[in-house]
Amino acid sequence: MSSLSPPAHKIWWKEPIERVEIMWIGICIVWGLLMTFMMPYWHVVGKQNLSNEAYRITPAYFQKKAQEVVDKHTVRVETDQKIPVVAPPVGSDVYLVARLWEWWPILELKKDQSYRLHISSMDWQHGFSLQPANINAQIMPGYDMVITVTPNKAGTYSVVCNEFCGIGHHKMVGKIYVKE
Amino acid sequence: MATNNEFRTCPDTGLLFHKPAETLMRLNAVVAVVFLMFGGIFGLLVGLTRWPAVHLLPADTFYLVLTSHGINVLIFWVIFFEVAVLYFCSSTLLRVRLATPRMAWLGFALMLIGAVTNNIAVLSGRSSVMMTSYVPMSAEPAFYLGLILFAVGALIACFVFLGTLVIARAEKTYEGSLPLVTFGALTAAIIAIFTIASGAIILIPTFLWSVGYISNIDPLMYRVIWWALGHSSQQINVAAHVAVWYAIAGVVFGAKPLSEKVSRTAFLMYILFLQLASAHHILVDPGVSSEWKIFNTSYAMYLAVMASMIHGLTVPGSIEAAQRKRGFNKGLFEWLRKAPWGNPTFSGMFLSLIIFGFIGGISGVVMGVEQINLIIHNTIYVPGHFHATVATGTTLAFMALTYWLVPILFRRKLMLAGLAKIQPYIFGLGMSGVALFMMGAGTLGVPRRHWDMAFSGATMPYDFPAAAYTLMGLAGASVVLAVIGGAIFILVVVLSVFFGKRLGDTEKSAVPMIAQPVTSYEGIGIGSIAIPGTLVLAMVFLASFVLYYFVNWKYLAQTWGLS
Repeated sequence: MSSLSPPAHKIWWKEPIERVEIMWIGICIVWGLLMTFMMPYWHVVGKQNLSNEAYRITPAYFQKKAQEVVDKHTVRVETDQKIPVVAPPVGSDVYLVARLWEWWPILELKKDQSYRLHISSMDWQHGFSLQPANINAQIMPGYDMVITVTPNKAGTYSVVCNEFCGIGHHKMVGKIYVKE
Repeated sequence: MATNNEFRTCPDTGLLFHKPAETLMRLNAVVAVVFLMFGGIFGLLVGLTRWPAVHLLPADTFYLVLTSHGINVLIFWVIFFEVAVLYFCSSTLLRVRLATPRMAWLGFALMLIGAVTNNIAVLSGRSSVMMTSYVPMSAEPAFYLGLILFAVGALIACFVFLGTLVIARAEKTYEGSLPLVTFGALTAAIIAIFTIASGAIILIPTFLWSVGYISNIDPLMYRVIWWALGHSSQQINVAAHVAVWYAIAGVVFGAKPLSEKVSRTAFLMYILFLQLASAHHILVDPGVSSEWKIFNTSYAMYLAVMASMIHGLTVPGSIEAAQRKRGFNKGLFEWLRKAPWGNPTFSGMFLSLIIFGFIGGISGVVMGVEQINLIIHNTIYVPGHFHATVATGTTLAFMALTYWLVPILFRRKLMLAGLAKIQPYIFGLGMSGVALFMMGAGTLGVPRRHWDMAFSGATMPYDFPAAAYTLMGLAGASVVLAVIGGAIFILVVVLSVFFGKRLGDTEKSAVPMIAQPVTSYEGIGIGSIAIPGTLVLAMVFLASFVLYYFVNWKYLAQTWGLS
C-alpha cells in the first residue's frame, strides 16, 4: 500500500524503524542541541548581542530627550537642511530619532568607544539598518530601544530605513561618523 | 451513504470521486490558479522595478503592486489550492462523501468575496501597507475586512474537511488508520485553524481601529500576534506540500513511507512546535527579552526543523526504496538517474524538495538565530529565503500535483505536454536564482520593500557597492525566467482544462496514471543500508547546513560590538 492508502499493517506503530532513519534522527537531535547552545553561548562570549533594555515612552518624551543631547553636544551642522552633527561624550546616552522620512540627528562617535544608543520612532514603524556594517533592528513608536554600540572601524556609515514607511521610505537615510 | 450516482470511479486511478466534492475541488483549484496569475504578474512588475537597470514603476505604484503580489500569492493562491487538496485528501482518498457540501460552497463564496474585497482595497491605492500591514500605518477598512471574510471561509473549509473525516470513520469507508497523505493534510488543517484564530485575534481589532472604534493598537503586540498568523500560515503550506510530496511519491513510484511511525511523528511535531517558532520574526524588536526569543526559537523551532529534516530524508528515501524494489538497485544513484525526469509531476516535486531544503530550509534556520538575525533582518535576504520555501517549495509542489490532477479531475488530456515537461526546470531554476541572488544582495545590506536602492532624492544617500547592484540585476533577470516558467504552467493548465481533448468517464489514458503500490522493501540497498543514496544526499545537506551556519557566525563577529 502506498502513502495514499491506510497503512497495510494496522498496528503500524509497532513496526521497526528503518536504520537510516534512526541514525538521521540522532544527528538532527545533536545538531539541534548544538544550535540551541550557540545562542546563550554567544550571550556569554560573543560581542554582538541585543540588550534587553527597552522602555515604553511617548514620542514627545523621546523627542525632548533627543533635543537635550542635540542642544548640548552639537559640533557643527551639515547639508542644506542644517542637520546637527552630535558628538556625545564617550559612554553617554545618545538619541536617534526615526521619523517620516529621516534619521535625526547625525552622530559622530569614536572608534572602540561605547555609547548607549537610544532609538525610537515618532510615527510609523521603521527599520534601523546601519550600512555597510549591516546591523538591523525594528524600530517602533512608543518603545525606546537601548543598544550599547561599540564601533570597531572608523569611517562614514549610513542608516538606511528597511521597514516600509510610506512613499518617502527610500529617502530616509541618516549618517553616523566614526572617528579614530 | 449517499446515492450511487453522486459518485464516479476514475478509470485511470481507481479513485472514487464524490461529484459535489469534485466540483468544489475543480473550482478551488481554478480560482487558485487565477490568483497565482494575478500574483505572478505583480511579481514580474516588482522584479522589474527592483532590477536597478530597469526600475520600471514609480514609487507609489511599486508599493501597491508589492502589497498585492504578496497577498495574492502567499495567501490567496496557496490557500485556495490547499482547500482543493484538503477535499481530495478527505473525500477522494477515503472514498467518502464530502460533509455538508452547502457549507463548503458558503466557505468558497466567503473566500472569494474576501479575496476580491481585499484586492479592490489594495488596487484602489489607499491600502499599500504590505501584506503585514504593521500598525500604526493603516489601510482602508475593506483591506482588513476582506482578509477576515477570506479567513472565515477558509475556516469553514477546514471544518468541512474535519467533518468528512468523521463521516469516513463512522461509515467505515477505510480500514485502520488514515493514509499518511491524509494525515499530512489533517496536520495542515489543524495548523490552519490555529492560524486563523490568531488572525482573528489581531485583524478584528485592527479592523475596528481602522473604522475608528478602537483608539490604539500597540505596534509590538501587533507584530507578536500578527506573526502567529503570518508565519503559521506558511506552516500550513509546509505541511500541505510535504503531504503532496508523499502523495506524488505514492502516485509515481507506488512508494510507501519507510516507517509510518517516523513520518507521522514528524507531522505531529509540526503541530506542536511550528507556531511558537513565529517568534523568530521578533528577534530584533525592543521590549521582548532574549530569554523569550531563545526559548521560542531554539527548542520549538529546532524540533520543527527536525521534523522537516526527517521528511527531507523519508520522502526521497521512500522513492529510493521503491525504485530499488523495482529493479534500479545498482550503485548509489541508479534509482535517481532512472527516475522519470521527463514527467513534470516527478521533476516538479523533486526540485521542490531539493530547493526547499537546501536553499529555503538552511537560510531559514540561520536567520532564525537570535544574534545572526541582526545582520539579516528586513534585508532582501528575507524575501530571498521565502522565495525558496513558498515560491519554490510549495508552489512548485502544487504545480507538480496539478499536472497529475488535470486529466483525473477534469477528464481532459494535458495539452502542450512538451512545454509542461520543461516547465518545472524553468520555474525551479528561475526561482532558485531569485532566492540566491536576493540572499546575496541581502548580505550586502540591500533593504527589502524598498523602491530605490540608489536613494534618489535623499539628502544623504548611501552608495551600495557595485556587487549589490549586480546581484539585484541578476535577481531581476531570474524573476523574468521564473515568470516565464509560471506563465507556461498557467497556459498549459488553462488550455488543458478548457480545450484539452475530452477523456470519457470510462476511457483510460494511454499511460498509466498511478503506479502499482510497492508492498515491501525487503532485500534492497547496499549491505545493510536500504537507502544509501538518500543517506549520501542527507550528509551533503548536513555538511552544507553546518558550514553555512558557522560562516554566518563569523560574519556576525566582524561587525560592531553590540550589547
